[in-house]
Order: sequence, then structure tokens, then C-alpha cells
Amino acid sequence: MTNPLTLLGQRALRVLRSFGHAAFFFVDILRAVPEAMRRFGLVVAQIHAIGNLSLIIILASGMAVGFVLALQMYYALVTYGAAESLGLVVNLSLVRELGPVVTGLLFAGRAGTSLTAEIGLMKAGEQLAAMEMMAIDPKARVLAPRFVAGIVSMPILAILFSAIGILGAYVVAVLLIGVDAGNFWSIMQSRVDVWRDVGNGIVKSAVFGVICTFVALYQGHETEATPEGVAYATTRTVVMSSLSILAVDFILTALMFSTP
Amino acid sequence: MGKKGIETLVGLFVLLGMLGLAFLALKAANLGSFGGGEGYTLTARFDNIGSLKVRAPVRSAGVTVGRVTAISLDNKSYQGVVRIEVDRNVQFPKDSSARILTAGLLGDQYVGLEPGADEKNLGAGDTIKQTQSAVVLESLISQFLFSKAADSGSGNAPATPPAAPPAGAKK
Amino acid sequence: MPSDPPNLSSDALIEIDHVTFGYDTSRTILSDISLRFARGKVTSILGSSGCGKTTLLRLIGGVHAANAGTVRFAGEVVNAQDKELLFRMRRRMGVLFQFGALFTDLSVFENVAFPLREQTDLSEPMIRDIVLMKLNAVGLRGAAPLRISEVSGGMARRIALARAIALDPELIMYDEPFAGLDLISMGVAANLIRTLNDVTGSTSLVISHDVPECMSISDHVVLMATGGRIVAQGAPKELMDSSDPEVRQFVRGEPDGPVKFHYPAAPIAQDFGVEAGAAP
Repeated sequence: MTNPLTLLGQRALRVLRSFGHAAFFFVDILRAVPEAMRRFGLVVAQIHAIGNLSLIIILASGMAVGFVLALQMYYALVTYGAAESLGLVVNLSLVRELGPVVTGLLFAGRAGTSLTAEIGLMKAGEQLAAMEMMAIDPKARVLAPRFVAGIVSMPILAILFSAIGILGAYVVAVLLIGVDAGNFWSIMQSRVDVWRDVGNGIVKSAVFGVICTFVALYQGHETEATPEGVAYATTRTVVMSSLSILAVDFILTALMFSTP
Repeated sequence: MGKKGIETLVGLFVLLGMLGLAFLALKAANLGSFGGGEGYTLTARFDNIGSLKVRAPVRSAGVTVGRVTAISLDNKSYQGVVRIEVDRNVQFPKDSSARILTAGLLGDQYVGLEPGADEKNLGAGDTIKQTQSAVVLESLISQFLFSKAADSGSGNAPATPPAAPPAGAKK
Repeated sequence: MPSDPPNLSSDALIEIDHVTFGYDTSRTILSDISLRFARGKVTSILGSSGCGKTTLLRLIGGVHAANAGTVRFAGEVVNAQDKELLFRMRRRMGVLFQFGALFTDLSVFENVAFPLREQTDLSEPMIRDIVLMKLNAVGLRGAAPLRISEVSGGMARRIALARAIALDPELIMYDEPFAGLDLISMGVAANLIRTLNDVTGSTSLVISHDVPECMSISDHVVLMATGGRIVAQGAPKELMDSSDPEVRQFVRGEPDGPVKFHYPAAPIAQDFGVEAGAAP
């Protein structure tokens, strides 16, 4: 006779066990990274699949966000006569927050799901078991290269997102609205700090890269070998990656930007 | 897509990333605006540094010539010790003064250097002797009220609201 | 810990000694099984789905560790925890997975070359020669440049076989090699298994539920039932002529017998709400 308390306890234990399982998985992948680096061709191929193929959506989104930020911030700033600071506001918003976070969310959706599906289907088709039986560690050959590729790709994508966002904001602010071009850049240059703002943004995006890629690989590896299993796993990848990014972003922002 | 093709594309991707980083760092932030060459360190002590922060600019005649690198409290004299790094190409006489000024009405605070008249210049590691602390709003108000109270104490009616003297405007 | 030198005097390549195994404590898949697989012979393990045949394969390959008992390969105990040992042992084994388990991101050639590239330091020209030889052995040398998405099911099975024998293993394990194949492909596969075994002198272990093909190529047959129980074993002819009802049902494919047709259910009258014998 199971009562609610027992069920709750069982549920909690299962969650704990899955955390532990995930932690071991993470350590295994880390241990396999040196060997993956020796087979650098594999990593390169994965950077292509994860990074290059995400370029279009990242650049398009970056530009769109830049446009919209410029428009919205303009209306807020112009009431205080501070329209000249538009460049600064857009830059800080992108480089500190929107660049890493939005890129992370898009990355989870585009690259994360494709990783999960790929690993899940490889597992379903017994490809990973076949590799094991051939005495080749699938973690070193399949998982670790993808992990490294994700960590390398995310910061690059976030940088490009911010850069094209600033350019997009320039187009809207200077060419369309009429903010002074010189002020747009000079106020931005005088107040944005390379190490504190751009640097911290890159650190954030690297952390998000680790989170997204790891969640995607883990979900793919643990999925049931059925169509529903893979579909469920891809959903979980997006949800867990997104929630983790937002939560970690809050913590990182508090750590990095709390003292002005 | 051959192996060489993929490698080229990935190389392009990484190159694009580096270009984006260069853009962000140079065009959109303050990396390039420090000017050429290394700097030399000077120290200045203030009774009150106000809201001066590390990495605040050091300006002379409005031109940025350096950055604040460290702020600490001297535990014996209870003065704020501010270390600044000044561009090597700019020299200041030994009796130059340092003040903490505010950029614009509500802006951030920065260190303003006013050159003195000494023949010899400040070298690396020297201390700026003449300093003027930041203006603290509360002290200003209490100073104003105190002086008003002193005026009324010498006979004038305190009922009239203290208005800004029009004499200043007439000048 | 150094392992004992392989016991060459034994004629059993694989020894399964009182092995019990279950993925979790609620389900025991194999209970107290003991088997020996003779060197150089083709042995088939027959049985209906879910009786633990594939699990046996996994235990031999060291993917899982037995809960009790030992598995020996060429005299050495298969220890699933010892990565070094497993690495050495698995180089001497080739496995053909159900449906092939080919690497979908590589071409046919690359798939067969995979174990050579990973396990050996052979030069590219040598690898090319070996790959083409193996593909030739399975009749698919012309398919080398194709992508995996372009090959049929039967071809995929054969390519996987070429990959399994790339390193000339002592033991080749086939997991359901005939599943889902048409008659011609089945005949081709069976012929390949037998010929390979005889020509290379390796040992073959075939897991299947396909009775006619297995009987035609095997030297020794083991019949297992659900729960990991060994029903019978012996030469193919012995099992075909057996009078044991369980064996007869399996080899003749009779729908009802010791393995029941009906899944356990309540009496039919109860489910349909009529009394037995009453008029509708």
C-alpha cells in the first residue's frame, strides 16, 4: 500500500539518483576530452555541425534584436534628453545580457535538440553499443568531440550576436532615427569596459555553452530507444537548458555586475 | 562536403568570431582609447574620495590621460589612497594637484589633474601632494545652513527664505 | 593483476559457468546457466524473443557483469570492470548487431575501415586493401563508396559483417542475423556465416529464432526458453528428431503447446458476461 509520502520519497530519491548519474556522466565526458582533442578532425567536424549551421539564425536574431532594442530604448531615453546614449544602452544590454542569454536559448533550441536527437538515434540503432564492443569508448569518439565543439561555438556565436546587434542598432539609430553617429560610438566607447562588460559576457556564454551541450548530450544518451523517447528527450533538452541558463544567468549577473 | 571543405568553413567561423571580438573590444568598448604605450603610476591621498571607482578616468583639461587602478584606505591616517596610471607620454610638474570632479551634473566621478609650475616632473611612484577631496552633498548643505544660521545670528531676520543672491546673476 | 595465460588445451573458447544475471533485482534474465562453446564450430542459440539470448552475448562481450558465476573467454575470466582486459579481449571478438548498427555518418568504406583505423597503426594503402578484401568476401566490394543511407537492409547486414571481421577475430557473434531478410538474403547470410567459419577457423556464435537456417549451418544448437532456462542442446539433427514437447513446438513452429497461445486472462465467460453454454 503506497501512501503519498512514500511516493514523494521515492520520487525524491529518483531525482537524487539522476543527479548523481548525471554528475558521473559529466566527469566521464571530461575525462574523455584529452583523447577527443587528439582526434581534432572530429572536433572540427562537430564545430561545423554545431556552430556554422547555427550562424544564420544567430545573425538574423542578433540583427533583429539590435533593431528592436534601438527603437524601444530610443523612446525611453528621448524623454530624458539622453538619446545620445542609445549606443551605450544597446551595447551594454547586448554584451552583458542579451548576447549570452538569447544566443544560449537559441543554441539550446537549434543545436541542443539536434545533438539530443542524433545521440538518441545512435543509441537506438545500437551504434554506441557497437563501438563499445569494438573496444572504442563512445564517450571519447562521439560525446567528447561534441562537448568541446559546443563550448567553443557558444562564445563565438554570442560575440557575433552582440556585434551584429550593435550594428543593427546603429542602422536604426543613426540612419533611420537620426541620432548623431559620432556620439553613438564615442559615448559607447567611453563607458563600456572591455574586461568587465565584454569579458564577463564571454565568460557567461562559455558557461552557458557547457550547460547546453552537456544537457543535450545527457538527454540523448539516457533516452529510451523509441520515437516517443527521443521526442520526449529533445523536449527535455530545450526546457532544462533554457531554465538552467536563466537561473545561472541570474547568479552570474549578481556575481559579476552587482558592484557598479 | 569533403573534409577540407569543412575545415575551411570552421576556420572561417572562428575567424568571424575573432573579428567580432575585435570589433566589440575596439570599436564598442574602451580598449583602444587608452592611447599608446604603457603608463606610470602615481599616488594621491584624499580625505574623501566620494563615489570614485576603480577604472574611473583621469583627466587633465578634459582630456583622458589615465585610469584609476586601485583605491584603498590608509589605516593610520584614515585617508583614501588612490593609485592612478598615467599615459607615459604625458608629464606633470611635481606640484600638480589632483581633484575629484563630477562629469556633468549627475555623472560619474573622475580624477582631474591640474598642472603646477614646478620645473621638475612627477616620476613613476611619486605622490601628488596637493589634493582636493570630492564634494559631499551633505557637507555642502550643512555648510550652507550653518552659514545661514551664522548670518541670522548677527541680526538679520531669518524669516526671509534663503534665496540665491541675485548679485551673482547680475555680474 | 596479470591474467592467466590462455588455456590452449581446452577446446571450449567460451565457458559460461553457473551464471545468473538480471538488469535489476526484480527481473532475473538468466539463472544458473552453464554452457560451453567449442572452438572452431558454429553454435546457435535458439529461443523465442526475450529469453535472454542477447543478454548472453552482452555478458560474453563484457558489457555487463554477471551477478553470479563466471564467463570465460579463451580461458580468461571476462571482468567487466577491467578496461584493459576488455580492450584486449574485444579485439579478438567481432560482433554483428541486429540490423547492422552501422555508423550513419560514415560511408560504407569508412565503416569497415573503422576498427582498423581505431585499433591498428596500419598505413592507409594497407587499410584500403584489407577493407576491399573484406567487402569482397561478403560480395559488396563495389558498394565501398556508397553512403549508409543508400544501402538496403540486407546489404547493411553484410557490410556490418565485413566490419565485424575486419580484424580477423577468433570469435564472431551474430545477433539475429536473419531477422527481417528475404529468402535469398537469408540464404546468402547463412552461407557467409558457414563459409567464413570454415575458411578462417574462427568460432561463430549465432543468436536467432530462425530454425531452418540455423539448423542448416550449425554444428551445435542450444535451445533456451523464457527465464534463461536451457531446454535442450545438441547436434541439429538431435533436436529436430527430439520427442520433448517443448523442443518439438519450437522447431516445428506449432502455435500452441508448452508455450501457450493465450496470454494469461480471466475465463472467457467472465469477460463477455455470458454463462457457459447459454444461448446468445
